[in-house]
Amino acid sequence: MTENTSFDPDPAVGTPSAQSAIVIAGDYLNKLTGEKIERECRDKLNAGAREIVVDFSETEIINSIGISILLGVIDDAQNAGAKVVFSDLKPESAELFDMLGLTKHVTIQ
Amino acid sequence: MIEQSPKLIHAFGALAELGQEVANKNNFQETIRTSLHLLSGALGIMRGGVARYSRYAREMNMLAVRGLGDEFPLSLSVCVEDERQFLANGLNVIDARAARVLPFFQVYATSFERRRVELFVPLVIRDEIVGGLFLGEKATGEEYSSYEKEIICAMGRHIGVAISQRNLLAEIERHSEENRKLFDDLRRTYADTVKAFATAIDCKDKYTEGHSVRVGKYTELIATELEWSPEQVEGAATAGYLHDVGKLTVERKIINAPYRINAKESAELNKHPTVGYEILQAIHHPFTDVPLAAKYHHERLDGRGYPDGLYDREIPYIAKIVNLADSFDAMTTDRPYKARRPAIDVVDDLRRNAGKQFAPELVIAFMRGILRELKSETKDRRFRRLLGREYMEAEGLMPAISSALNELEPTSTLTYIAVNQAQ
Ligand SMILES: [Fe+2]
Repeated sequence: MTENTSFDPDPAVGTPSAQSAIVIAGDYLNKLTGEKIERECRDKLNAGAREIVVDFSETEIINSIGISILLGVIDDAQNAGAKVVFSDLKPESAELFDMLGLTKHVTIQ
Repeated sequence: MIEQSPKLIHAFGALAELGQEVANKNNFQETIRTSLHLLSGALGIMRGGVARYSRYAREMNMLAVRGLGDEFPLSLSVCVEDERQFLANGLNVIDARAARVLPFFQVYATSFERRRVELFVPLVIRDEIVGGLFLGEKATGEEYSSYEKEIICAMGRHIGVAISQRNLLAEIERHSEENRKLFDDLRRTYADTVKAFATAIDCKDKYTEGHSVRVGKYTELIATELEWSPEQVEGAATAGYLHDVGKLTVERKIINAPYRINAKESAELNKHPTVGYEILQAIHHPFTDVPLAAKYHHERLDGRGYPDGLYDREIPYIAKIVNLADSFDAMTTDRPYKARRPAIDVVDDLRRNAGKQFAPELVIAFMRGILRELKSETKDRRFRRLLGREYMEAEGLMPAISSALNELEPTSTLTYIAVNQAQ
């Protein structure tokens, strides 16, 4: 069930391990369209991923909608017993995540 | 407090965005979903839901849900006591655990606990419950602070207003639909009443049975031939149906006289247009021309008609149409003192009197209508139904109409208005 969307893991980036999946947060995160990222993660969890890596290298700012969607990803992962990794996070975003408690639930890379 | 200011700024950003989202006339479902995201993201809330309240069903029906899982009910019933308490509480945060005295929080205690729903906010807008917010724990695991509760209420108010607006809009739509149906009903009732009235008028005149109804139908045919709008055609038909309403006050023996009536009787009969006008003027019609048609349906273009002896352009158009329909029916039906005239004679009469009694363009329209039916270009045979098949199939009728049509000029050549003013 792979949706052909732009935040699909780039095969060139590669997957760290067989049980790990990468999603690119991109700039979709801050709109209702960001819900696609949640669905993408759910699909990967259902496919057996034990770790979700959210790549923020293409994400400049994160607003409240983005936070909400990331909370959804965290919740889904926790329900599936998987862990969440945030990678390439901008310092401002890291600060915001810390303030709102997201960092309590994820590993920052 | 100082260390909380970035949090505050972040939350206010979300509040501003929510205000914009609600103000934009977006898809309602999307607005609600976005609102829930903004609220969750503003304060880092793990899960939650926005419900709309149905007053009639006493139910909180979920519009958007995040992280509540499949087991959380999508419809939660509210009892009278809950409703009263929610209204008394107003748009303020209720701690679900502390509010166990209320049936609502007792009944759904298991669901609330399983999904760690900590807060409930009844969305009370203008003393009316429009919905509810269900909020789970914060990502930090901390308790909600009082300022966070205030932010929740501020955002809840925006969401409540969005739901309230949506409800109003739905109500307006429902009303306009009801109004349209009501209006259609009224129109049908009006049309039925008009026809019933026409039949009543005709009952008084046993020799011209069905006259008003036929005049109504000829008037409708002419208006249709003139390509008027359906509403205007309906108005014209009404004018035709009611044109002789004044005859209701004329003595029956005069109307039914089996001979040519004398001058006195004639004067009595000639009052019927004015009397008709007075009767119809007192009624509020959807079509304004109806009383005028009754008053002037015996006027002639050349000014020799009655009651006012008006000339050409002084005569209301609708009255000219009814006059033509009225005269045509008089010529084509048997009268107590006169048998009906052959169709070719009638066509000749119309042609000769176009510009004298009748408006030429109306004679043209009328004849064109008959001709089209004779040539089977029309769907229904309305003239045939009114005049009888034999009458319509008279030898040489089609060529007679064709040549009359060739001869007639659509515009009136009369200058009666000038003559009238000179007098
Ligand atoms: Fe009349």
